Amino acid sequence: MDFLISLFFYSLLATPLLLLLPKNIKSYFNFSINLFLAIVSTCMVILSYQKNGSIDYFLTDLSIIGLVHLKIDELSSIFILVINFTVLTSSLFSIGYFKKRGSTGALSLHLFSFAILHAAMLLVCMVQDLLAFVVFWEIMSLCSFVQVIFDSEKPANIKAALNYLIQMHINVVLLIIAIVWLYNKTGMQNFEALHFYFSSKETSNFPLFLMFFLSFGMKAGFIPLHTWLPHADPAAPCPSAGLMSGAMIKLGIYGILRVLMYVESDLLEIGIFIYTISMLTGLYGIIQASIQKDLKKMLAYSSIENIGIIGMGIGLGVLGMAQHSQLITFMGFAGALMHIINHSLFKSLLFYTVGSVYIQTGTKKIDQLGGLIKKMPVTAVLFLIGSLAICGLPPFNGFISEFLIYSGMMGLLHADFSMDILELAALISLVLIGGISFFTFTKAFGIVFLGKARSQQALEAKEVTNFMHLPTIIIVLTMLSIGLAPDIFVKLISRTVFLYMPSEDTGIVIHQFDSISKVGVVSIIFIFLIATIYFIRTLKVKANKEAYGPTWGCGYIGDTEKMQYTGSSYTGNFSQLIKPIVEVKTDFKKYEETELFPVNRALKTESDDPIESKGIMGAIKKLSQFISIFARIQDGQTQHYILYAFLFFSIMLLLTVFNIIH
Amino acid sequence: MITIVLIFIASIFFIGVLNKTRAIAGGRKGPGLTQHIKDILRLTNKQTLYSTTTSIIFKIAPSIYFSSIVMSLFFIPFGSYPPLLFFKGDFVFFAYTLALGKFFMIISALDTGSPFEGMGANREALYSMLVEPAFFILIASFAMFTDHSSFYDIYNHIHFTDNFSWVLGVMAAFILIQIAMVENGRLPVGDPKTHLELTMIHEVMILDNSGFDLAMILYGTSLKFVLYGTLICNFFLNSSMSLGEELLVFFLVQFLWAITAGLLESFRARERMKKNPQFIFSLMAISIVIFFGILIWQQKLG
Repeated sequence: MDFLISLFFYSLLATPLLLLLPKNIKSYFNFSINLFLAIVSTCMVILSYQKNGSIDYFLTDLSIIGLVHLKIDELSSIFILVINFTVLTSSLFSIGYFKKRGSTGALSLHLFSFAILHAAMLLVCMVQDLLAFVVFWEIMSLCSFVQVIFDSEKPANIKAALNYLIQMHINVVLLIIAIVWLYNKTGMQNFEALHFYFSSKETSNFPLFLMFFLSFGMKAGFIPLHTWLPHADPAAPCPSAGLMSGAMIKLGIYGILRVLMYVESDLLEIGIFIYTISMLTGLYGIIQASIQKDLKKMLAYSSIENIGIIGMGIGLGVLGMAQHSQLITFMGFAGALMHIINHSLFKSLLFYTVGSVYIQTGTKKIDQLGGLIKKMPVTAVLFLIGSLAICGLPPFNGFISEFLIYSGMMGLLHADFSMDILELAALISLVLIGGISFFTFTKAFGIVFLGKARSQQALEAKEVTNFMHLPTIIIVLTMLSIGLAPDIFVKLISRTVFLYMPSEDTGIVIHQFDSISKVGVVSIIFIFLIATIYFIRTLKVKANKEAYGPTWGCGYIGDTEKMQYTGSSYTGNFSQLIKPIVEVKTDFKKYEETELFPVNRALKTESDDPIESKGIMGAIKKLSQFISIFARIQDGQTQHYILYAFLFFSIMLLLTVFNIIH
Repeated sequence: MITIVLIFIASIFFIGVLNKTRAIAGGRKGPGLTQHIKDILRLTNKQTLYSTTTSIIFKIAPSIYFSSIVMSLFFIPFGSYPPLLFFKGDFVFFAYTLALGKFFMIISALDTGSPFEGMGANREALYSMLVEPAFFILIASFAMFTDHSSFYDIYNHIHFTDNFSWVLGVMAAFILIQIAMVENGRLPVGDPKTHLELTMIHEVMILDNSGFDLAMILYGTSLKFVLYGTLICNFFLNSSMSLGEELLVFFLVQFLWAITAGLLESFRARERMKKNPQFIFSLMAISIVIFFGILIWQQKLG
């Protein structure tokens, strides 16, 4: 362990080289640093696995913070592996992605912060001391800020990055408040202190948990604290966006799970709270995603939705703990952890494929693309697989985690009346989330990759190099292996789930593995069935001969690409239903009765995030109005300032005379 | 295994009976009972015509759609006879498998680049998304009722003991009938027999399919009808029946279901497209009523 830790820190000394190396080998060097860090940290995980799941190490070299306690346990292990996998695919993809993009300076800074970000994320998962935790958390936020600001020529990106920077510092403030609160009560500043705080009977567990949840939930993207995500993710270049959505926001979940390990009472309240907020997050995220016109923004909102699903798993697990049901606890936490892994896979896959589309066409607007499957067949198939997985359709991995959560929900139905009502709401939410993501991703895939090209760029697109497909194909293979052999993966994460269970009741769990492994078998049967039917069909079609002709135009022959359904028309009827939530604004000049020869008109629709535009911006407006009252004091006239000083002294004098202050 | 054989047998006549009912109700003589399946068989030997706009998606989609329906049959029990596959929570797999098939049909409609098929795709996606909660709440209600969560176990533990549970059973059958109508794009949400593409759902999605692919899609629709019929029929089967009785009940229920669907199609008007979501939400509301009904029955409420 000594050796590994020193390797870890000494390898960081190589990162400044990224600033100096020639442009064309920077990305390769970045990948090798990431690979090295990943290997070292994975070795640590293996070492901890051999030592019954957890390993401690005390770091004395960081003199500023003092003695730092590093610990890799079952919970950290999963997150370390997720981070490593996503970082590696991301930096592998960025080799091709940055070949023709960005100035040398921007790229140097970008890759340098990328390597540091990797290390910071790993350390966040390891440190136990809260002060050091805040330091690494802050480094992580700053590095990701540099990631967001890469395309700094566009003013919108600078705005998004500053928004991100400010919100992340509010996040740090919230975290520090929670830590100070903890320190004040226990005199300790590490995660162990939570144990002492939560186990003392006189204090309620909920307020401190809520404080931590606000901070970590902001990073994860729970509503209403999600507003940074839909701006930051689209601004960041696709490899970084994949990393941020795939792995970085999961560290918020890591924080919540870490705190939950110590919570002892108020489990019911905490469970209901997480469960409800997650349902709302999931629904809100996917409803917003469904009407987005920008692919990356759509994916960013869909990340919020997936955080909702993860949160529902966690909430379910906590409710299981409150109900003393081993089965629900297991299903809830296993579902959440599986979904963390799954989402990191398919979300990074989707971001990378959108990246490929973006570098080949120069646009990420859904309505400007179309017909790309003929120009970029591999990218199209990869995006399709990502879409199927994110909708939770079998035989891909997304189904496994949703299946676990559904199974847990079925368990909770046998509790009392209030739980049943909660369960009904959760069931409707999860089914609707699934349905709306089905709607969203049929639209995204159908409009972007199928039909005819809607613009010149889409018409002239070319497939990216095979090397750029490498990371995405690795992801797809991993996804398939989870989908087809889920029991192996669920067994691997079950060690982590047992952290939340009082005793390892293997009886119940083994019973569950049975149905989970059956899902894998059934998926394999399904694939064979599809293959067989397709084979028969191909034989039959070949025998009957094939022919080609134009699309049936229902009598109309002037067939143009402009007649096709667009993303906006696809969501048209749905956006009528969700009007109050998305605030679609239409900009169109109405025809006047007197207008005999109407001039050309344009129709423009845009949607809004009401939590941001009404909630947060509204609050800020109120606040600045209130503060502007005090601005009157500063009117620039010297006489008034002297008057203020005089008043101040007089008041002080009076107060001392009457012995109010001493 | 027996379920699959039975469903395949029943699916041969189902649409025939449905169309005959419609014809009689409309004062016509109508085609023979096997005309529909004859049409399908003829299609399997016809040439396949593709649009030049389409890609591989258009070619694989009908096969995946058909396989997804066949796959979902594997989970349907027949009375006390277990299905080919069953495990805890298999209804989730059932629903998601059907959704996979639908996903491919929707994108294959968008693959043609036709404005009409885009419209159909959009409606299919929207309505099947909205109808899904009704199905899940229904199954969850019965999972709560029986304490089990696979189709086989649920059906084997449903015992209609008193009048109250019969009411629930009838309501469940009503919901399943309506879900089947919505899933197949039939009245009142869409009219397959209309002459105007603008008012279709399912039929307008498959305008460009031909030959063997179209045969699979059309036969898939029959299978889907019978599939929901079997889900309804299972409510009325119990372990005390002999195989002969069970078969009788099965075919009787399927026959009645076909006639019901035919009558519904004959005497019901199509809703305005705008009103369809409201209609589908009402199905969800009824399944919530079932959920609460079971809560009352279990004396958790009131």
